[in-house]
Amino acid sequence: MSEVTFKEVQVGDSGYRDAVAEERLNSERMALNVGPSHPTTHGVLRLMMELNGDLIEKCEPVLGYLHRGDEKIAENMTYNQFVPYTDRLDYLSPLANNVAYAIAVENLAGVKVPERCEAIRVMICEMARISSHLLGMGVFGMDAGAWTPFMYTFTEREKLYTLFEELTGARFTTSFTRIGGVARDIPEGWLQKVSRFCEELPKAIEEVEKLLTRNRIFLDRTEGVGVISSSDALAFGLTGPNLRASGVDFDLRKDKPYSGYEKYDFEVPIGTRGDCYDRYLVRIEEVRESLKIINQLIDDFPAGSWYAEDAKKIFAPPKEKIMTSMEELIQNFMIVTEGPQVKPGEIYFEAENPKGALGFYIVSKGGGVPYRMKIRAPSFCNLSILEKLAPGHMLADITVILGSLDFVMGECDR
Amino acid sequence: MIDKDFIEDLLKKHPYSNVKHQNDCLTLSCPAQQIIDLTTELRDQQTFDLLVDLTAVDQGEAVENRFMVVIHLYSCIHHDYIRIHSDCTDNESPEFPSIHSVYPAANWHEREAFDMFGIVFTGHPNLKRILMWDEYPYFPLRKEFPLAGIDVPLPADDVVEVTQASVEPAPMMGGPFVSSGQGFMSDAEPRAKDESWTEKKEKPV
Amino acid sequence: MVSNEVAYNSKIEGEVIVTKADAVVNWIRKHSVWPMPMGLACCAIELMASAASRYDISRFGMEVMRFSPRQSDCMIVAGTVTYKMAEVVRRIYDQMGDPKWVVAMGACASTGGMYRSYAVMQGVDNIVPVDVYVSGCPPRPEALLDAMMKLQDKIGNEPSTSRLLQARNTSMV
Ligand code: SF4
Repeated sequence: MSEVTFKEVQVGDSGYRDAVAEERLNSERMALNVGPSHPTTHGVLRLMMELNGDLIEKCEPVLGYLHRGDEKIAENMTYNQFVPYTDRLDYLSPLANNVAYAIAVENLAGVKVPERCEAIRVMICEMARISSHLLGMGVFGMDAGAWTPFMYTFTEREKLYTLFEELTGARFTTSFTRIGGVARDIPEGWLQKVSRFCEELPKAIEEVEKLLTRNRIFLDRTEGVGVISSSDALAFGLTGPNLRASGVDFDLRKDKPYSGYEKYDFEVPIGTRGDCYDRYLVRIEEVRESLKIINQLIDDFPAGSWYAEDAKKIFAPPKEKIMTSMEELIQNFMIVTEGPQVKPGEIYFEAENPKGALGFYIVSKGGGVPYRMKIRAPSFCNLSILEKLAPGHMLADITVILGSLDFVMGECDR
Repeated sequence: MIDKDFIEDLLKKHPYSNVKHQNDCLTLSCPAQQIIDLTTELRDQQTFDLLVDLTAVDQGEAVENRFMVVIHLYSCIHHDYIRIHSDCTDNESPEFPSIHSVYPAANWHEREAFDMFGIVFTGHPNLKRILMWDEYPYFPLRKEFPLAGIDVPLPADDVVEVTQASVEPAPMMGGPFVSSGQGFMSDAEPRAKDESWTEKKEKPV
Repeated sequence: MVSNEVAYNSKIEGEVIVTKADAVVNWIRKHSVWPMPMGLACCAIELMASAASRYDISRFGMEVMRFSPRQSDCMIVAGTVTYKMAEVVRRIYDQMGDPKWVVAMGACASTGGMYRSYAVMQGVDNIVPVDVYVSGCPPRPEALLDAMMKLQDKIGNEPSTSRLLQARNTSMV
């Protein structure tokens, strides 16, 4: 392989670069560079590929174009200050990241949040899952050449954004959780709006399904393409829908329930072949299951407090009390200035996010600032299989494979 | 199930490892040389088939073994995690055996740990930087490295020629604002890390 | 500015329009801005939202988002520019044909935003000239649309013909 010299052709970032067309035709292999600014890479991933005709022989992903230093930043601020940064990890489902992070720190601090808070968290997690999968499906369709489903799913996403905005004040940089609770209780009438959305969504999903699921072209492009065997998927540390599409029953909501997921009745969709089409089907089914969970929640939403009232060193008291009572004023001051006080120790917590298992490994030496925080990003692990998966496929398949892996670079590079 | 018997059994087979007390999951410590042995056993005999995470912790320059590699494994049968702590012996040029042959997933995680801490994973097939660019001279997650960064040239010469841009330390007067945690009330107020210079005020040399 | 607009009254001028060359050139340019979506991070999602069903940027003649720099006039830098990416952003900017404009969308692209760290360039204006800055983290789609209209206003007031002549004179020298 290596004795052939090849010329470099760049697509996406800088057009042709010192490539002599004739020589290229004569040489057997071609080095092709895709990205880091290319529509199929969903952000700033770069692929360096070696092609034999149309066949990919080698594929090396290059990451880091969105490395923003989140882990170093985390070591330099208090636990609550880091919440906004978790939004920007997987920016298609910020609420789920917020929740995963909050639970990780709470586990470390040994705080238990009340039932209503858990319910709110489950609710926003599932809404985030729907919103992320909607985009995943829409963009996947777009990668396979279908523009319309994208418009349909985005219409639904906009409805979700409106709901998020009413709850958190922002469309998707929500920063909604705090250590020991959430930022505020759900507004009045919000649940009714969610329930109306839940009634409308299945129709939209059906429309998307009509456009894609039995679409001949879509089937041709996705079926049997990018097959990942279950043993490969495990070996490369895949999680989330990508792992389940390969037939591994792994869902942390069932296996290691957190935030009261054991109370809800839902199924975990599993694929059989592990190809791009299965990954798409698993996502669609997951949206339906999420809807089930949300409907169960709406029917029976627990009352009570929405933050851990007894965690005096973790969660700031309500505003009225701060303004009227000395003790609460000091408590608030301490939490704001020094951060929530956490015991020394370490924790590893993973939550089942739309993209896979998002893990936080936090080492604390006590106090309000973490000593070390590692973010285990599902997209990072899911992408690592690309080196193994891409060779043997046609160049045109790479768009579909990337679309079906459904990764986000913000989380991958951190 | 991860219970007493399981742990005793494991320790008997691997006398070099120790159980550390942690409240969330079973934590073993293991010398670097035995890491491949232990992980292979955990994968093949104990169904820990998913490497969820591999990372490192910089314990500070004062500590005898400064860099500690932390591995998290998950078992789809036990539904539980196991954590392995393992120290790198050399503080100047830390080395660690690569477990890439046991878990292919370790490939990128090890590259990241190399990128961020400078730990060389021996036996790794393709050990180069993954997040920072290849020529970057520092290891950002080491404790002595400042959050703001350090002056280095931008990787592309032709761009530098046109724009005169370079990698500069970020001005920290804009935050993050963190309390020192010491002193009374106003002394403990959150402050920016480095207020000595701004975009307008020259950086003191 | 009245003098820079194509003022035409058929009752007076009949079938002839008398105007300034600048006004015509600018009028053409500002209604056919083709953006190059430089989607880098979270802001790119809002950029997508403004192109999608609800906000529909095509109402303003800017929907032709193509990832080909050669065919675009306006680079929308949406997201965090890291040092590793800066080189690529500049290269793409260099490949765009003149005249070209840059919109820095969001706090990160404008100033580095909340990322004060070793890896993030503190504002894309360190490497490319920026015409319009949009505040917000992320800016709402409305804000982006407003920025694009501000850009149209700016284009409308440019001395384009003299610049064209200048460019020709310098290239002849
Ligand atoms: S400005 Fe905010 S939303 Fe936009 S890229 Fe930066 S962090 Fe993301």
